[in-house]
Amino acid sequence: MTQRSIDLDVLRYNPETDSEPYWQRYSVPHHDEWVVLDALNHVKDNIDPTLNYRWSCHMAVCGSCGMMINGKPMLACKTFMRDFENLIRVEPLANFPIQRDLVTVMDDFVSKLARVKPYLIPKQDKPIEEGEYRQTPAELNRFKQYSMCINCMLCYSACPEYALIPKFIGPAAITLAHRYNLDSRDGGRDEREEVVASGEGVWECTFVGACSEACPKHVDPAGALQQAKIASTIDWFKEHLTSWLNK
Amino acid sequence: MAKQVSGKPYLREVSTTQWYLRNEIYLRYIARELTCVFIGIYTVILLVGIWRLSQGQVAYEAFLQALRSPTSILFHLVALAFSVYHSVTWFNLTPKAMPIQIGEQFVPDNVIIGAHYLGWAVVSLAIIILAGVF
Repeated sequence: MTQRSIDLDVLRYNPETDSEPYWQRYSVPHHDEWVVLDALNHVKDNIDPTLNYRWSCHMAVCGSCGMMINGKPMLACKTFMRDFENLIRVEPLANFPIQRDLVTVMDDFVSKLARVKPYLIPKQDKPIEEGEYRQTPAELNRFKQYSMCINCMLCYSACPEYALIPKFIGPAAITLAHRYNLDSRDGGRDEREEVVASGEGVWECTFVGACSEACPKHVDPAGALQQAKIASTIDWFKEHLTSWLNK
Repeated sequence: MAKQVSGKPYLREVSTTQWYLRNEIYLRYIARELTCVFIGIYTVILLVGIWRLSQGQVAYEAFLQALRSPTSILFHLVALAFSVYHSVTWFNLTPKAMPIQIGEQFVPDNVIIGAHYLGWAVVSLAIIILAGVF
């Protein structure tokens, strides 16, 4: 039996030799059990060793292989070739500058992530002798879903707001801020709100919802952002009502 | 002539006027946003009605007569369709914005959505009763 093959179009760009990206077509074997990442590895190993892309775990945990596959932001390791008939078009993640081939510059996301302080800021520090910070299963469930984020940036690629207004802190970073704000052990919400509740924070979101449809880990960033909006609105009323009542 | 090579990362342009044509999710979103135009026009018609009422019976009768024109009826049907689309899509999103946790579990999405439909039905019924239909 002859091996079926499929065309794989890849957007290539080499900053040292190209003035703009261009499409290059490869013919790759079509295996039902292959994911798009397997096809890229096949190209790199057998056809064109100059092809650049990021990957690591091959199991939707590391978040490295996010790319546009037939126009949608997806993980190449989680997208099966059997779902495509004639052509697979692979581009670097939308809304990020192209470093080289499928590799994007992610500095913007990383700096925004750092700005929302996505780590536990304990309400009060206690010495190690006093033991661990305890949490009930109900308290864990409150934020667990939002802790599944793997920083793959598919949500930023899906978000039209981020495309049009690059200063927007964006879905994943705000969702992670929300995750720590919901944590019973955390006391850092006020510090995070300076970024999250600002004009470039949650209020840039208009609830398109594309982030949640793109998320490969079912984190639902769109939900987190709406909850953050409600919390920020309640803050505003509390602040203004109390100052008005105290007059 | 040699190609102009920047040696820098390449920035792809984003269309500021046609971005919503890029995929179906954006189209659904922009359709929901556009419903506000029809709801806005409907609100203006309602305000005009109150203004005409303030001018006396003759003016108000003329307003009611204008509402019965085929154009008016067509507009109201289209506005109704858009507002139903707006309400349904919005209600379906409510569990995302307002999750309710009881103990360890969250209240199922369809209970939260259902509560909104119930509220909608109760308010609509109240308005119909106030309008003297029954």
